[in-house]
Amino acid sequence: MQIVVNGETHDVDVDQNMPLLWVLRDELGILGPKFGCGIAMCGACTVHIDGRPMRSCSLPIGVVSGEVTTIEGLGTPGALHAVQEAWVEHQVAQCGYCQSGQIMSAAALLARVPEPTDEDIDIAMNGNLCRCGTYPRIRAAIHAAAGKLREA
Amino acid sequence: MGKLKKIARRSFLIGSVAIAGGVAFGYWRYKTPYKNPLLDELAEGEAALTPYVRIDADGIGIIVPRAEMGQGVTTTLAALVAEELDVALEDINVEHGPASRAYYNAAALEEGLPGIAAATDEGWLARNARGFVHVPAKFLGMQITGGSSSVPDGYVKMRVAGAAARHALVAAAAERLGVDRESLRTEDGRVISADGSSLAYTELAAAAADVDLPDEPELKDPSEWRLLGRSQPRVDVLAKSTGTAEYAIDVTLPNMLFATVRMNPRLGGGMNGYDATRAESMPGVERIIPFEDGVAVVATNTWHAFQAAQAIDCDWGDAPYPATSAEMMEAVRNSFDRDYRDSRFRNDGDVETALIEADVVEAEYRAPFLAHATMEPMNAAAWYRDGRLDVWAGSQLPTQVYALAEEILGLDEKDVDVHVPYMGGGFGRRAEFDFIAQAILVAQAMEGTPIKLTWTREEDMTHDFYRPAAMARFRAAVADGMPVACDLELASLSVIASQMGRIGLPVPGPDVSIVQAAWDQPYSIPNYRVTGYRTPAMLPVSSWRSVGASQNGFFHECMLDEIAHAAGADPLEMRVQLMNHEPSREVLRAVAEMADWGAPLPEGHGRGVAFVMSFGVPAAEIIEVADTGNGLRIVKVWAAVDVGIALDQRNLEAQVQSGVNFGLAAAMMGEVTVRDGEVEQTNFHNYNSIRINQAPPIEVRVLENGNHIRGIGEPGLPPAAPALVNAIFAATGDRIRELPLSKFVRFV
Repeated sequence: MQIVVNGETHDVDVDQNMPLLWVLRDELGILGPKFGCGIAMCGACTVHIDGRPMRSCSLPIGVVSGEVTTIEGLGTPGALHAVQEAWVEHQVAQCGYCQSGQIMSAAALLARVPEPTDEDIDIAMNGNLCRCGTYPRIRAAIHAAAGKLREA
Repeated sequence: MGKLKKIARRSFLIGSVAIAGGVAFGYWRYKTPYKNPLLDELAEGEAALTPYVRIDADGIGIIVPRAEMGQGVTTTLAALVAEELDVALEDINVEHGPASRAYYNAAALEEGLPGIAAATDEGWLARNARGFVHVPAKFLGMQITGGSSSVPDGYVKMRVAGAAARHALVAAAAERLGVDRESLRTEDGRVISADGSSLAYTELAAAAADVDLPDEPELKDPSEWRLLGRSQPRVDVLAKSTGTAEYAIDVTLPNMLFATVRMNPRLGGGMNGYDATRAESMPGVERIIPFEDGVAVVATNTWHAFQAAQAIDCDWGDAPYPATSAEMMEAVRNSFDRDYRDSRFRNDGDVETALIEADVVEAEYRAPFLAHATMEPMNAAAWYRDGRLDVWAGSQLPTQVYALAEEILGLDEKDVDVHVPYMGGGFGRRAEFDFIAQAILVAQAMEGTPIKLTWTREEDMTHDFYRPAAMARFRAAVADGMPVACDLELASLSVIASQMGRIGLPVPGPDVSIVQAAWDQPYSIPNYRVTGYRTPAMLPVSSWRSVGASQNGFFHECMLDEIAHAAGADPLEMRVQLMNHEPSREVLRAVAEMADWGAPLPEGHGRGVAFVMSFGVPAAEIIEVADTGNGLRIVKVWAAVDVGIALDQRNLEAQVQSGVNFGLAAAMMGEVTVRDGEVEQTNFHNYNSIRINQAPPIEVRVLENGNHIRGIGEPGLPPAAPALVNAIFAATGDRIRELPLSKFVRFV
């Protein structure tokens, strides 16, 4: 079967039930999405499918029909997305393991709600766990990124 | 004694050595067989130099021999070197030092001293006891990251390394230019002469190797600091914001296979037998490998390995401990007995007599087992080929991997390389090495093929080394608004015995972690006694962020709140009055000012305060909660800490916020329970943590009144639980004496 990840088409020959996360990580070597729980409870594996945030650990590859975007496709160290810029400016990351997922959820929120309230952030982001407790800076960075995107 | 001193002095001698095309600066060490990782290519018998700085034609590298698990230590330790070397952080390559016993950590062991050296104790005995600990630390060769010790340990060492390197580079430039070294200055990685011409450090590196170094390079006065004392961008933040930071779970090797394990859910119970018939025929499965306590599956994809591991029928042995956590808590309770008495480091006045005639306040408190639940599940990669082993693992104690390689494969240290990538959280869990041993066992069975072994979240949650369950009992008497007698008894399993047992080190004497942050608090109460009781081993236990302070802060500070209530005293003012340590008093005053303590609150709101000194850091927190009618909401947290010298305010703030959230998560909902010998919590649906919708704003102030520089990875945590519990009492009148709070109240 074929999947499109970050604009590139890949042929993959795997079990239809294999979660997208393990196709990305172990078959394609796309390592930004992280394994955290395997049951869509922590959000570390969050990717976009046609722009919508999805937990790739619990999504069988057989049902993926849209275009997949991972953190690598959102922006790169040399060409950051506005959300990533805000994450760097606010020094959000600590251990950093959940941050790919946090950033993907935040980018999807801002694409849908350009000026989110704190309550919008609570609803959109509460599926993304951070054991380092970087939440105060995540919130500040989302508000800052919203400002950047409005100006852009 | 003289001999010890000599060794200590020699071990601190700064030195340099030529490396291919450049120079490395670090510390000469007393003769040891220990491997020196960056100098393997040198001729035999040359140098035993522990390098911290390496300069060659390609650039400047700073080697940071501590684990980066989120605490920002890579950045701060690199800044210590960069400050003295006069280079910008963005112009250097910061490397996590390869595992080497040469990078010992003396500061970490200080906290573990038996009860003769409270952090506030500056007496002769305490100072000397701390000094002597450096020697065994070096002989043990522990490259440990823990105990909030990295910055205290590196504060002088890293700066001296940078200053020595700068000295040599300037001398080399003076020689080349034929001028006095006094006429030269340094800036941004260059030596600049009086006429404005300059030479890059990289051009001078080879010549700098020949320069004799002073025994004690001169360090900058703090007033001259340009990096230290100012917030630096984290060196890892760009990678961690773009999905490009490499964790052990991301290690990719040629033709690598993927593995997982299934282990006896009754911890340490062993395996009687297994049937893998079904698993063997599943897609992608390459090999099934039994070991003492379970089975490993090797497959072409981690998910295939997960699926196959579930399909193995295992005949597990019985648990070597009681079947339920209720029975274990009963065992903790039963250990309040003379036979189990472990320590009594504080025994001021005469508590027994003082309590006889008084109206006694008394209560009993409980804290549950807790899991570390790092975001990155336990994993490690290993490759055994041609008589050599490479291991990639997130480890807070990487030198221990050498012992594993020797035990499992009979390999000498020189044939083992340990690579330590970024860690997706540590919190003490990655000071254990069970998962690394498994990866080595699988690599042995798969000789020639690299493997990466990843645990499922379920295996991770149910095979932790837990924060011990603990109990406290206190009796106290008050008079004239102040406590006059206070008898606190603490019982829990021994972290030190469990942990050190696993690395084969004997631990004579009491376990100070049982009474940590309770016996050593800077309060003066005329009759004040703290007794520790050691519960016999049950579930394996280990260091969990802030260790004994995580439960004892809760016990001690809720006790003081109950005492203040009984005495009719303001709980914050009473603590200020009781304090015998000025920096501690200052953090309480600071947090009171930040929160405007005493100001009228809206209906249904309440505030609690707590103070805990742990790892030498006085930390005071105030929490405000609101009873919404539909449940409790944490409105805000204020925190003040004193680290002696604040090297990076923004990172210190981040670590305090992190500690507060970690402590709140545990207090609100953290609990590991056992049924039929098995841990019942398996994933984040039944071992949840605080999420953004519940996480409060946290305002932080960092003070610098203390005498010593201190680390901040842990001290922000212990006051969070008691401040929250005390706030709930203030808001609702309900005194909760058992965690987690979710058993008694609802949070919105």
